[in-house]
Amino acid sequence: MSRPEIDVKGLHKSFGDNEVLRGIDLEIGQGEVVCVIGPSGSGKSTLLRCVNLLEEPTKGQVFVGGTELTDPDVDIDAVRRRIGMVFQQFNLFPHLTVTENLTLPQRRVLRRDKARAARVAAENLARVGLSEKADAYPASLSGGQQQRVAIARALSMGPEVMLFDEPTSALDPELVGDVLAVMRMLAQEGMTMMVVTHEMTFAREVADRVVFMDGGVIVEEGAPEQVIGNPTHDRTRHFLSRLLDPAMADVEEDAS
Amino acid sequence: MTVGTDTGLQPRRKGLSRRQKRRLSRGAQYVVFVAAVVAFAAGADWGRLQNQFAQWDIAQQMFPDVITLALKNTVLYTLSGFVVGLALGMVIALMRLSSVGPYRWLAGIYIEIFRGLPALLIFIFIGVAVPLAFPGTEIVGGTYGKVALALGLVAAAYMAETIRAGIQAVPKGQMEAARSLGFSPARAMISIVIPQAFRIILPPLTNELVLLFKDSSLVLFLGVTLEERELSKYGRDLASTTANSTPILVAGLCYLLVTIPLGFVVRRMEAKAQEAVR
Repeated sequence: MSRPEIDVKGLHKSFGDNEVLRGIDLEIGQGEVVCVIGPSGSGKSTLLRCVNLLEEPTKGQVFVGGTELTDPDVDIDAVRRRIGMVFQQFNLFPHLTVTENLTLPQRRVLRRDKARAARVAAENLARVGLSEKADAYPASLSGGQQQRVAIARALSMGPEVMLFDEPTSALDPELVGDVLAVMRMLAQEGMTMMVVTHEMTFAREVADRVVFMDGGVIVEEGAPEQVIGNPTHDRTRHFLSRLLDPAMADVEEDAS
Repeated sequence: MTVGTDTGLQPRRKGLSRRQKRRLSRGAQYVVFVAAVVAFAAGADWGRLQNQFAQWDIAQQMFPDVITLALKNTVLYTLSGFVVGLALGMVIALMRLSSVGPYRWLAGIYIEIFRGLPALLIFIFIGVAVPLAFPGTEIVGGTYGKVALALGLVAAAYMAETIRAGIQAVPKGQMEAARSLGFSPARAMISIVIPQAFRIILPPLTNELVLLFKDSSLVLFLGVTLEERELSKYGRDLASTTANSTPILVAGLCYLLVTIPLGFVVRRMEAKAQEAVR
């Protein structure tokens, strides 16, 4: 593994008195797919949002493709063009059609001409299997379709890295599969991906590495069959048992 | 004892039942209404009223000037004031949301002042105080410029608050999505947030247009030439030359000709916006 594509060093993040991340070190190599799992409030989404600086880290460094994002003098807009991000709530632009959602960022940010932007948009819509929705407005699409459009929008910018923040958590269960299929395709094409998710099947099958976070630190990481199949830490075991078999969980005292 | 059969499960009614009370109350309201109408119809001097307000020949001689001149000027004043107010209001709204403290304070002070002052005072200020304070200065556009400025200054304060609320009503995820795609904050604001904000605030902005339409009557206090008269001034002038109130009534109808359809449009838009939220 040469230079890591994503490199997080000694990352801390606090919201007021609430310390959400307490020293995270994480390297993700080129073409690697890393799934971040953990209970809610463990800081996994905050970690992901720190990687493209949607959250400003309190301490520590973040490098993507060798550029330090945490450097105050870095052109953050230029770096973000290389980092695609997919949100839990899709965040498509509701006042634009599907195609315009894909072309407007290319034209405004990358200064591509109309024809090229339209071509790239059509290609990426085809990749996520939604060519026939090109002229629809986001509100008329199902959640799964919206999320695939959001992925296509990110891909249209030609990113080197893709970040996914619980991309299937807001979807009806029967729509999850379509989105995961698109993500699996991306992984097979060699995209570097960091995925915060609760989809253990996806993590097990697609991820090169699984990172388990709890309480703002990385508790355990390794190959999926190890972390998910044979976890060494109690906290990981506990989390997985509750996630994989929620009907069998006991009533617990709230730790907080 | 007859009361002995009461089980306590059905409490005995005392006085009137709920239904009886309701019927009585409604009946009383109708009686008052009819009495008021009858008193008005009997008491009013219909002949005199018609003489004062419904002189057909006077109304006739107002046309076409009341439309081609007076209503046209009212619309022109309103639109120019609206444009100035919108541009200024947008700047103030963005200042209010700025991360730079002094901008926020300045915008806040502006809004407080111009929302608190009567529009009439602003008109007098522009029409009288400014020319006296700065002799030789001309506000571009003559009367039209002055009206646009006076109406715009007042409208901007209200519109700034509306626009700010609209911008804040756009979900945060929109800005985040735009930033994550590499938009700069300014570009994200212009391309993504503001277009959505305007959809949200279209009804209140149209309402503001109706308010401005009425406030344009304050031009009266600027001193205008014959060609610059708008509805209120035109109606008042004609009312005094003919010694009759019919022109006032006609001018009033001309206002309603515009404000009622606009109000209808606003309600339609609000209903539609409600639907879109689901």
